[in-house]
Amino acid sequence: MQLALSSDQELFRETTVKLLEELAPVAEVRRRRDDPSGFDADYWRRGAELGWTSLLVGEEHGGGTLGEHGLVDLALVAYEFGRHAAPGPLAVTNVVAATLGEVGGPDHRSVITDLVSGATVATWCLGEPPPGDGLGQIALQVRPEGDGMVLDGVKRPVESATEAGHLLVTGRTGTGLTQVLVPAGTPGVSVTPMESVDMTRRFATVAFDEVRVPSTAVIGVVGGADTQVERQLQRAIAIGTAESVGAMQTAFDLTVEWAFDRYSFGRPLASYQELKHRFADMKTWLEASHAISDSAIGAVATDSPDAPELLSTAAAFIGAYGSELLQDCVQIHGGIGVTFEHDLHLYLRRHTLDRVLFGTPAEHRRRITDILEREGGGR
Amino acid sequence: MSADDTEDLEAFRSRARAFVRDHLRPSVPGQSVGPLRNERSDDEELAAVARERQVQRLLFDAGLAGICFPRSYGGQGLTPDHQRVLNEELAGYEYPARIQAPTLSPCAAVLLDFGTEEQKRAHIPAILRGEEIWMQFLSEPSGGSDVAGALMSAVRDGEEWILNGSKIWTTGAWWSDWGLCLARTNWDVPKHRGLTVFILPIRQPGLDVHRIEMLNGSKEFCQEFLTDVRVPDSDRIGDIDDGWTVGTRWMFHERMLTNSPLVTVPAGATHGGTGTPLVEVAREAGHLADPSVRDLVGEARMLQLVERELRGRIGQGIATGAMVDQSAAIGRLFSGVATARLRTISFEVAGTTGAVWSGDDGERAHIGTDFLMRQVSCIGGGTTEMARNVISERVLGMPRERSMDRDVPFRDVPRGGSSPA
Repeated sequence: MQLALSSDQELFRETTVKLLEELAPVAEVRRRRDDPSGFDADYWRRGAELGWTSLLVGEEHGGGTLGEHGLVDLALVAYEFGRHAAPGPLAVTNVVAATLGEVGGPDHRSVITDLVSGATVATWCLGEPPPGDGLGQIALQVRPEGDGMVLDGVKRPVESATEAGHLLVTGRTGTGLTQVLVPAGTPGVSVTPMESVDMTRRFATVAFDEVRVPSTAVIGVVGGADTQVERQLQRAIAIGTAESVGAMQTAFDLTVEWAFDRYSFGRPLASYQELKHRFADMKTWLEASHAISDSAIGAVATDSPDAPELLSTAAAFIGAYGSELLQDCVQIHGGIGVTFEHDLHLYLRRHTLDRVLFGTPAEHRRRITDILEREGGGR
Repeated sequence: MSADDTEDLEAFRSRARAFVRDHLRPSVPGQSVGPLRNERSDDEELAAVARERQVQRLLFDAGLAGICFPRSYGGQGLTPDHQRVLNEELAGYEYPARIQAPTLSPCAAVLLDFGTEEQKRAHIPAILRGEEIWMQFLSEPSGGSDVAGALMSAVRDGEEWILNGSKIWTTGAWWSDWGLCLARTNWDVPKHRGLTVFILPIRQPGLDVHRIEMLNGSKEFCQEFLTDVRVPDSDRIGDIDDGWTVGTRWMFHERMLTNSPLVTVPAGATHGGTGTPLVEVAREAGHLADPSVRDLVGEARMLQLVERELRGRIGQGIATGAMVDQSAAIGRLFSGVATARLRTISFEVAGTTGAVWSGDDGERAHIGTDFLMRQVSCIGGGTTEMARNVISERVLGMPRERSMDRDVPFRDVPRGGSSPA
């Protein structure tokens, strides 16, 4: 999280924390372990009232930002989501709302209104089943037919697919990408729940079997959505890194506290140099993660040309080093750290999923090399 | 422009840009910076030092030296944002690398913090003009990390002090001018309470500079032997026996590394870097298409970018008070470990040629030797182990390590075999 927040941003962060502590405390997160949706509609609506779903949407659609850039404000919510292991499809709902606001047609205004008010959530269908599950691999076909479009293919994992009122589907038309907004329950769409390491978020496989939609369902240009898809990906990754840093922060804080409280051989764990040095490493990774997440988010928010490189750097670093931090927190806790009873796993789960949701650290490292190569490496 | 109003950033940028274009030479890609490679003859090294003094003078004459130093001492009295703009405009150009650390920070920074008015007037403008290059006389052969255990002795003799002892790990002392020296002035009190800081010219009778040959053949690191060197009391920095107050701040400035707003580093320059981008090394080696190499190249760039952003965060945190000063150790730890990892990655990418090469193997011919020197990044400028102590104890507030030398007169502290008879 940024070091310097405006007073508006600080107030926004505090009210978000208050709501999360009231409606999504750890006990509630645990209680919803087997709940099919993972979150409560009233919780989501009250979060939406605070602004959780309106920050990437223009004022003409009922949205608005606190500071200069909505994504920077949204990252504060995401950070607190990570810090509290909070439920709800924050990243995908905001990504869809932003895209509808930017390139949606008049038919999609009411969808934006419902997303902003928190009446419904939406999701984004991007990834596909293995072996076509690499970052950016898209095979789902969207073909024009008559006065509409036909979708054929499978998407997974799709977050909150059973709860979402609308699915933003990224598919392929010839060599270009096409995006279509498909209402839930459209004939030919089947949703099969998946299982995941996370306890708070729900995922499904969504199959599109000759799904017919009118041409007004197309978001943007047929075969010309590549740039918009990249923007969506940037936003989703940016939000994910902020969440991950939040999860790392809580795990680290819990473990520092533990090191002071827990005594072995008559002295606190925090007095052992071997452990102190590991805490120093963890603190360094944590601050580095804050730094690179903030700068990547800032770069995306301002459409900076180095946004793709900073984002992949953030995803690769926070993914890899965040896991080291979280697992070392487990190690320092000892046996209690791998129990269900202890809260540590809630944050470990949050980060572990975010680490791979929009590209693995290895994929992002190779993306960085792709960028260096394109730029001639001359830096 | 009056003294009260700060030069507009964009005006400053165009002034800096015009100067850089008109007066500076492009930096030579692939040319190493720092003392970690043995690739220059002494004559070439001296010529490079002379050029850097000249560039520093050009910067001074153009009103671009000492951006964040007070105007009264020849600086510009501008802000860290101006320094950042200058760094951006210098990207890809030569700059006085050898005059940044340790001359401008920590040495000049310590002078600013603790020097008398006369000392500041005598030295800071001269430093900014490129006339004085400074060294830290800090580490001793008896111990690098235990800085407060210094054995260099200073004995009062009227209005002078007589110094005897040895300092080590000064980079380029053989072509430098002044030393900032931590010495022991009282052996009958605990170690932190008997230290005093002095400044002294390096070229003088009784001060012998010995060049140390590193494993790669470089002779830039030096050891100094002081025999009855006389220093006037007016060249004392801070109070007698209060050298640890100065020393603590001194090490803070050292850990700030290139994070310090007193230091100029062209944007994108990696300190201690090889200069040739790794992607080019991989291409040269013919391995750029190998996915495992692409992974490593991406990891290297990732570490460099994260280090840059972390440096920015810590600089901001310390400047605004959101972080304690000791947080500078976080940046130091990251850069040490990340740089060591970069050396390993480069060696991996270079393949066998990194270790056995022929004359036409280009950049790869140096990479194995760089790898031999890998740990330098975790040793020089305070070890990463000490940084970990500082982070855990001073930033996270964990219990201090037990030591055998607290509250004991320094002369009674046990010392190993390297203590003088």
